Amino acid sequence: MKNRSLVSINDYSKAEIIKVLDLAEEFEKNPRQTILNGKVIASLFFEPSTRTRLSFESAVQQLGGSIVGFSSAATSSVQKGETLKDTILTVSNYSDLIVMRHNIDGSARYASEVASVPIINAGDGANQHPTQCLLDLYSIRKTQGTLDNLDIAFVGDLKYGRTVHSLTMALSLFNTRFHLVSPPELKLPSAVKRHIKEANLKYEQYTDFMDVIPACDIIYMTRIQRERFPDPLDYEKVKNAYILENAMLANSKENVKVLHPLPRVNEINEDVDSNPKAYYFQQALNGVFVRQALVASILGLV
Amino acid sequence: MSTKRKELIVSAIQNGTVIDHIPAESVFQVIRILGLDKTDKQVYFGINLESKKYKRKGIIKISEKYFENFEVNKIALVAPTATLIEIRDFDVVSKSNVKIPETIEKIVKCFNPNCITNHQQVPTKFKVFYDENNQMKLACHYCEKNTSPANFVFV
Ligand SMILES: [Zn+2]
Repeated sequence: MKNRSLVSINDYSKAEIIKVLDLAEEFEKNPRQTILNGKVIASLFFEPSTRTRLSFESAVQQLGGSIVGFSSAATSSVQKGETLKDTILTVSNYSDLIVMRHNIDGSARYASEVASVPIINAGDGANQHPTQCLLDLYSIRKTQGTLDNLDIAFVGDLKYGRTVHSLTMALSLFNTRFHLVSPPELKLPSAVKRHIKEANLKYEQYTDFMDVIPACDIIYMTRIQRERFPDPLDYEKVKNAYILENAMLANSKENVKVLHPLPRVNEINEDVDSNPKAYYFQQALNGVFVRQALVASILGLV
Repeated sequence: MSTKRKELIVSAIQNGTVIDHIPAESVFQVIRILGLDKTDKQVYFGINLESKKYKRKGIIKISEKYFENFEVNKIALVAPTATLIEIRDFDVVSKSNVKIPETIEKIVKCFNPNCITNHQQVPTKFKVFYDENNQMKLACHYCEKNTSPANFVFV
């Protein structure tokens, strides 16, 4: 992993994914260290994302590294029309590693080709968000003790949700049984299902949420956005069909955990929050350890 | 068709290239992507010709023109069955089937409007793959979205 950019979860093999998760486990035990002393990490958020940016910056600063960068394109030279290439080349001179988020699909891959330092993709448009994927995997392994042979339900918008796509691809390496719950309009795209089939794994598609709850080890919730429906009436029909309420977990397995990439709107009722099966807030915290593991391993310090 | 007449169709140009076995419906697209509608060279074309291998085929003959690799790749993308025949002094000097390469660079635009290649000066780059219906598609190296032949726009 040393000196290699992380743009897409597919850039990592199964062994490399496991190595990052193992390292993250070490950082969770001991998150305050000085191994990034003297290192400068550029944090380039061409598109604002406070949640992801704070997680990265906290991860770096807890390890003694320093941060340069910007939190939106409006406060950078990009606003003056500077090309992505020029920004990346300039920042490469000032930093040991670049974390970037951009609203354009494929921007991170391109940046990794022009930069002289490694890039970590913190989200490129609708394409990839590999650190979210890794923190999801970490959360699953931490709560279940394994990534192998689990029953995992994805619920909500499976068509447009990039986190669902990357996570499905990664979980296809671990003998997962996929339960795909969505309105017919928002089914998982066939290009993603192809990964499941190529791994000789099984998936089932459902429109009724209640059918899958008792079988699952993980319930991964996502937001259904109104703007995904050309006809607002179609949205009205499904908007309440994929909301998780505490009572619905009555017949769930003892070990089940509810995950969500956050921010949520109404798809998880607040009465779930106090249930020990709710895990979405801890899930977000795990992002710090995973990001520490990534920065440290890409810089060759662990 | 007699052998004599067939020869006439293939070698009516002194020097240049004959593109044979083009699917009949793709002839005009091949003309467009190769810029043959704007050339000052002599160009002949035929559509809905009889063919043993295919029901109806098209053929294009271009005088004084031999194609570069990137042009052959363009032809392969819209007319994967095509044959290229090189003519010198009325003789066929070589015959080859076009072949779709594993990667396609610079010649097709990415269909995803939000792709970096449609926003900054980044040349396109695709991996060719075949989906479960054996339909050829291009997977963008940058945005990872797929572009189907129906959506090909040539650079
Ligand atoms: Zn693209």
